[in-house]
Amino acid sequence: MARTLFQKVWDLHRVRTLSNGQTQLYIGLHLVHEVTSPQAFAELRDRGWRVRAPERTFATLDHIVPTQAQVRPFLDVMAESMTEALERNCREFGIPLFDLASGRQGIVHVIGPEMGLTQPGMTIACGDSHTSTHGAFGAIAFGIGTSQVRDVLASQCLAMTPLKVRRIEVTGRLASGVYAKDVILTIIGRLGVKGGNGHAYEYAGEVVDRMTMDERMTICNMSIEGGARIGYVNPDETTFQYLEGRPYAPTGADFERAKTWWRGLASDPGAPWDDIVVLDGSKITPTVTWGINPGQSVGVDDRLPEPGAAPAGERAGLAEALEFMDFRAGQPIAGTKIDVAFLGSCTNGRISDLREAAKVVAGHKVSPHVRALVVPGSQSVAKAAEREGLDEVFRQAGFEWRGAGCSMCLAMNPDRLQGREVCASSSNRNFKGRQGSPMGRTLLMSPAMVAAAAVAGEVVDVRSWMAEPAGAHA
Amino acid sequence: MSQASKITRVVGPAVAVRGDDIDTDRIIPARYLKTITFDGLGDHVFEDDRQQLRERGAVHPFDVPAHRGAAILLVQENFGCGSSREHAPQAIARWGIHAIVGESFAEIFFGNALMMGLPCATASRADLDRLMAASEANPALEFDLDLERSQLTAGDIAVPVTMPEAVRTSLLTGNWDATGLLLDRYEEVERVAAKLPYVSGWNVV
Repeated sequence: MARTLFQKVWDLHRVRTLSNGQTQLYIGLHLVHEVTSPQAFAELRDRGWRVRAPERTFATLDHIVPTQAQVRPFLDVMAESMTEALERNCREFGIPLFDLASGRQGIVHVIGPEMGLTQPGMTIACGDSHTSTHGAFGAIAFGIGTSQVRDVLASQCLAMTPLKVRRIEVTGRLASGVYAKDVILTIIGRLGVKGGNGHAYEYAGEVVDRMTMDERMTICNMSIEGGARIGYVNPDETTFQYLEGRPYAPTGADFERAKTWWRGLASDPGAPWDDIVVLDGSKITPTVTWGINPGQSVGVDDRLPEPGAAPAGERAGLAEALEFMDFRAGQPIAGTKIDVAFLGSCTNGRISDLREAAKVVAGHKVSPHVRALVVPGSQSVAKAAEREGLDEVFRQAGFEWRGAGCSMCLAMNPDRLQGREVCASSSNRNFKGRQGSPMGRTLLMSPAMVAAAAVAGEVVDVRSWMAEPAGAHA
Repeated sequence: MSQASKITRVVGPAVAVRGDDIDTDRIIPARYLKTITFDGLGDHVFEDDRQQLRERGAVHPFDVPAHRGAAILLVQENFGCGSSREHAPQAIARWGIHAIVGESFAEIFFGNALMMGLPCATASRADLDRLMAASEANPALEFDLDLERSQLTAGDIAVPVTMPEAVRTSLLTGNWDATGLLLDRYEEVERVAAKLPYVSGWNVV
């Protein structure tokens, strides 16, 4: 019988039905970071449990690490104490920790794939909602809370209920200047921030087939912003090429055997998807959020919605967003002045993102009123960028070049907005207060659009920007 | 938390927080996640929303003295969307809430709440409107969430509430803290792991 990848992977990891009716699911890879794990380790200790599978557990530091002055002890005493707690927990329970000295530290969703820890057919859990990122490899990957982190540490299992699967096919070809970020913002704009509740999203279609792994990670990453706890892409040659030679990937004859197994996990033709949504990729334009959730977006050449024209149930939310952002219904998004430009995050902090942004800023200067920073997603991304001279391109343009971490995506380190600042951000959430100032304002967009906004000092259409010769905007 | 108790009923006054898509950053801003315990989170629940309303001369329901003893939180659609931080339901529970009834919940939030023994039940928008109005008109009004009968009553209002059957069973039988169940008969887990080539070696493929 034809099955989806979700069903195949679920069935392979299903242990039994628990007495309460939930499914006990084996977890193949557990990723741990400093923010959602300390209470879980503390309970483990209280109950006298050990970590069941330390060899399937990997930790790093990302949320609270400063991106400047990375010398220990950190200036922020709470950041230092959380770091020390993770170091102590990893030491005591025998868990590998990719810390600042390892050369492999970075955002948990960037380092898992780049080390080859993330592989097709795995179940992957992490105490972070953007764990959906790893679905790009054809894994069933999802975020969990601290009590579930404790469960995975103690038992390598979770009590779960199965999800429906919605296939989202993006057809055609993307226009120049349109990126994976625009695709996922368009999908969330269309299906809504709660449209995916109860679902895993399976991304497919020509546009997704042609995407690189970095691009697939960007769309899977933001599945949770559409309410889908899981997003995935069926594994294919692109997946295998990416994995070959990575430190934790199988090698030699094992790699060939692995490819055969991985290929067989892809959804079968005619699999029983619960529903199928088709989007014309050629119609997607550079997309910018204007509101306080990632579903509130418009094409860069569009105008903000009129609450009065929206369905009755949505009017209050649109009006609240317009008021918070201090925008007017019907105003164009292009031309919105920005104060800060942030390049980074688990959504768009990989090397290809920095390359695209660097292409836009090369030969230009950041607008005098804009504070701009680049935060590579990992130490490996930073090193690769430095080898290619991207750090110099950014520095010469007036960007600050920082160390790896989550940084201004959620502002748990010193990088944060001030007051009412408006930030063009390559990250994933534009919630009120998300970037560290309770009244700060976030516009989500692709890295190339962030770069163009940094130079122009306002939201601009990167497509027209790319058509003009370097220097025209200097 | 290790000795899970049966949760069949939550009784007490309610407090309504209106608005769809209230995200976890609003429930507990990220700056309060810089901690290695969950202690003290109750003091900061909805902090930025509360502050912003104060500055405008308005009052957040959590700042209305008459609602201070509320045991049941009434919300609207997609409550708790956003991050996986368990700090969000922890902050709500530590403020004093023992159950949440809303039109719908974000999935990770719902799961986190269950793991803490904090039931999240759903009701229709129309029913929630009536319940919210009743609680706002009379903050002392006693609400009774009965999970055995899947019903919420308040004064002369009685409405049906729902939750997935496995979740309801977990709460009613005191099995919402599943760790013990997961560690039971562990040889079955080992059998599953042994069949996974990425765990036990690619030569099994």
